[in-house]
Amino acid sequence: MLSKKNLQLNENGDLRHLLAIEGLPKRIIERILDTAESFVGVNEREVKVVPLLRGKSIFNIFFENSTRTRTTFEIAAKRLSADVVNLDVARSSTNKGETILDTIANLTAMHADMFVVRHAESGAPYLIAQHAAPHVHVVNAGDGRHEHPTQGLLDVFTIRKYKKDFTRLTVAIVGDVLHSRVARSQIHALTTLGVPEVRVIGPRTLLPADIERLGVRVFTSLEEGLKGVDVVTMLRLQNERMTGALLPSASEYFSRYGLTPQKLALAKPDAIVLHPGPMNRGVEIDSAVADGKQAVILPQVTYGIAVRMAVMAILSGSTR
Amino acid sequence: MTTGDLYLPAAEALFNDLKAQMAPAIAFDAKLVGVFSGGAWLADRLAAELDGEHEVGYIDVSFYRDDLSTSGLKSNVRSTQIPFSVQGAHIVIVDDVLFTGRSIRAAVNTLFDYGRPASVQLAVLVDRGGRELPIAADYVGAPLIVSRDLMLALSKDDAGKFALTTEPWMQR
Amino acid sequence: MKIAIRKGRVIDPASNFDAQADVFIAASKIVAVGEQPADWHSNRDINAEGCIVAPGLVDLAVHVKRGTLATELAAAAAGGVTSMVCSPDTDPVLDEPGLVDMLRLRAQSFHGTHLYPLGALTKSLAGVQLAEISKLAQAGCVGFSQADRAVLDTQVLLRAMQYAATFDYSVWLQPEDLHLANNGVAHEGEVASRLGLAGIPSSAEIIALATHIELARVTAVHLHVCRVSTAEGVALIRAAKSSGLKITADVAINHLHLIDLDIGNYDSNYRLSPPLRSSRDRDGLRAGVIDGTIDAIVSDHTPRQDDAKQVPFGEAAPGATGLETLLSLTLRFAESARIPIHDALARVTHHAAQAAKLDAGRLAVDSVADVCVFDPGAYRLINKAGFKSAGKNSPFLGYELPGVVRATVTAGHLAFEAAA
Repeated sequence: MLSKKNLQLNENGDLRHLLAIEGLPKRIIERILDTAESFVGVNEREVKVVPLLRGKSIFNIFFENSTRTRTTFEIAAKRLSADVVNLDVARSSTNKGETILDTIANLTAMHADMFVVRHAESGAPYLIAQHAAPHVHVVNAGDGRHEHPTQGLLDVFTIRKYKKDFTRLTVAIVGDVLHSRVARSQIHALTTLGVPEVRVIGPRTLLPADIERLGVRVFTSLEEGLKGVDVVTMLRLQNERMTGALLPSASEYFSRYGLTPQKLALAKPDAIVLHPGPMNRGVEIDSAVADGKQAVILPQVTYGIAVRMAVMAILSGSTR
Repeated sequence: MTTGDLYLPAAEALFNDLKAQMAPAIAFDAKLVGVFSGGAWLADRLAAELDGEHEVGYIDVSFYRDDLSTSGLKSNVRSTQIPFSVQGAHIVIVDDVLFTGRSIRAAVNTLFDYGRPASVQLAVLVDRGGRELPIAADYVGAPLIVSRDLMLALSKDDAGKFALTTEPWMQR
Repeated sequence: MKIAIRKGRVIDPASNFDAQADVFIAASKIVAVGEQPADWHSNRDINAEGCIVAPGLVDLAVHVKRGTLATELAAAAAGGVTSMVCSPDTDPVLDEPGLVDMLRLRAQSFHGTHLYPLGALTKSLAGVQLAEISKLAQAGCVGFSQADRAVLDTQVLLRAMQYAATFDYSVWLQPEDLHLANNGVAHEGEVASRLGLAGIPSSAEIIALATHIELARVTAVHLHVCRVSTAEGVALIRAAKSSGLKITADVAINHLHLIDLDIGNYDSNYRLSPPLRSSRDRDGLRAGVIDGTIDAIVSDHTPRQDDAKQVPFGEAAPGATGLETLLSLTLRFAESARIPIHDALARVTHHAAQAAKLDAGRLAVDSVADVCVFDPGAYRLINKAGFKSAGKNSPFLGYELPGVVRATVTAGHLAFEAAA
């Protein structure tokens, strides 16, 4: 490799694509959060629409299914008055052997302005961004186990709402960090915004090699890791992890790493609990906590729309 | 105050003229909605100094502008705050400088997404001409000719005193 | 045809020869080095002024299929490669003598690079049943390999090595534990963790290599370790050699230059097997080449079509095209490792031939006339258009590399000549 270009920024330093939080300057993250603040106001009033992206075509290209995430992007785009097209690729031309790049070329020919892409392989949005026409913006809606940047952004937006000052926080991320794109995005967002201590907590089988190099402290004990923490993010544990000798059972996982009220009590009394959803009650999180007053899981969903509106608005307004 | 060859009138004097025009004319309970940021300061002082009960709101027109692709999204978008019901209200939009009229069009559109007002009027400190849309102000501090390559803006010192300033127009 | 190569700097690593001299070729052999033979009349005179005249390169790792022989042999000649050892994972697998005959005959018809096939160690490379390696050897196979497919059953592997040792055949194995490497696409470490790519731990190689070495000790077979990629692997080979085992090893030139960080923004041209590893591993590999633990540098030439590479990293087929960059990259390695050119050249000529027990890689009177004439001081930009190979998948696109081949002679036949 001769040099690694930052694909996300154009020559003027404006955001051209949102592919990952890693590599985003702090000023851009803060701008997205500040802009999202205004969109929260829009979402709370009677007319939840602004004409900002009127006439723009946004294509949701989900190579990996997720009705949830796709719906929030659709709502965000529509509240900006954009036209939305949903491409469920599992049932479309890629099944007939069309390559990912041919699919993108065809969609560009239909005058798309923005692609929102989710793919099972890490790095797929980078391939798309490298081959997209110059005026098209690419938003990564989740690529393999690499990143889910809009989720990372809405998580820090939520944290900022409740905690205000990042530079005084201790944040713990609990669970299957190895397979989690949400965890990676959150780690990069928190460290960039100046959170002094980011912890990851999980069994060794679910922690990536050399994860400390990302600037986090590793704990394998939930009790130790939660002491004095201001924010706890619980990651979803997928059923597939129970095969392949990563974990013996959901119930053993819950006994060691599940967030119960007793374990949560080890954190600060005003600690907040985040979860990217959907939750597996009784596997990573106890219902008492999920429905308790420290959980901010539903506000995360609300803020998710405002954050995605902010991302789309900023991308559409960047210089060519 | 002068800037080079340009004579700029004293903003405080213009403010008093504007106030004098509005005082006998606006409804007792007219709402004052200021466009960020010069209009917002003006609306606050007008509400304090005019007789009557004038609730104040603030509008950021960034989401209603027509130039996203060419000028981009403003980097410091502020939150629009309308703490009263627009439905059936008499509203005066307040801004510092009326120029092309595009900001005011965006402000009116923003207002109408909050409800249906009984009436909407416009009060500006300075009308510098150069309209590109059919928009006119009901209350004007003073007309002022300013060269097209200059931006005209309102500033406020620590004591809250207004002043007019110019800056070269910066294309993005 | 009588060819004279004049005024070049002749380097023959096998005999430590390094001097300005003319080389005279007639009827497929080198007939004189230095003084022109009596009654000499050249059919071709090649001006090698400013150039190095070296033995043609011997590349121990080339993956070709029968259908692409034409382009890949042209690529070899353009790269100065005059002998190539071909992996048995052709399509179909080389596990029958008839297939070996067809491949060799077809290659010979091009009058280009000598092709030495490796036979499959087991039928279909499936790792279950022995292939008829004696018949395959008689058809021309120079060794037996599993390509990049692991043999799961250690007893099968033990017996295959015992059987091969009976006839003094070499067994070539790429050490990678199938289960530990399972689903991995990149070296397990910080880079893979950041990029969210499934990792192949170093221990996948180390454990497999330790197994192969122990089985080689027990069976006394000649084991050739293919494409070592870890520093620990080099250490294991070094220890095995000093304890007297018949072991040789090669490393892919890519791993002497690149590391996992070079994957950058998920460029699939950096998806290789074994994967590019850490800078510490690269240092260990370089030291291994310099101290002779690693006998040969190979290209591991694996041409891929665009649609196998223009896909997300995890879906891409591993491998890089390499015949046309092997020489340049070897020269670049010599520069950065600060070793003399003839030491680096030895690893792609004489030492490589010895490891594979081939009669090749030498430039001396009476040896076969396999010669490469190149300008070590000229630089070229590596780009897709410049490749003769059907695969343009090089991790060195955009690099400026030293060493431009001016002419390649194979068995006395002028196989390649650069445009003037």
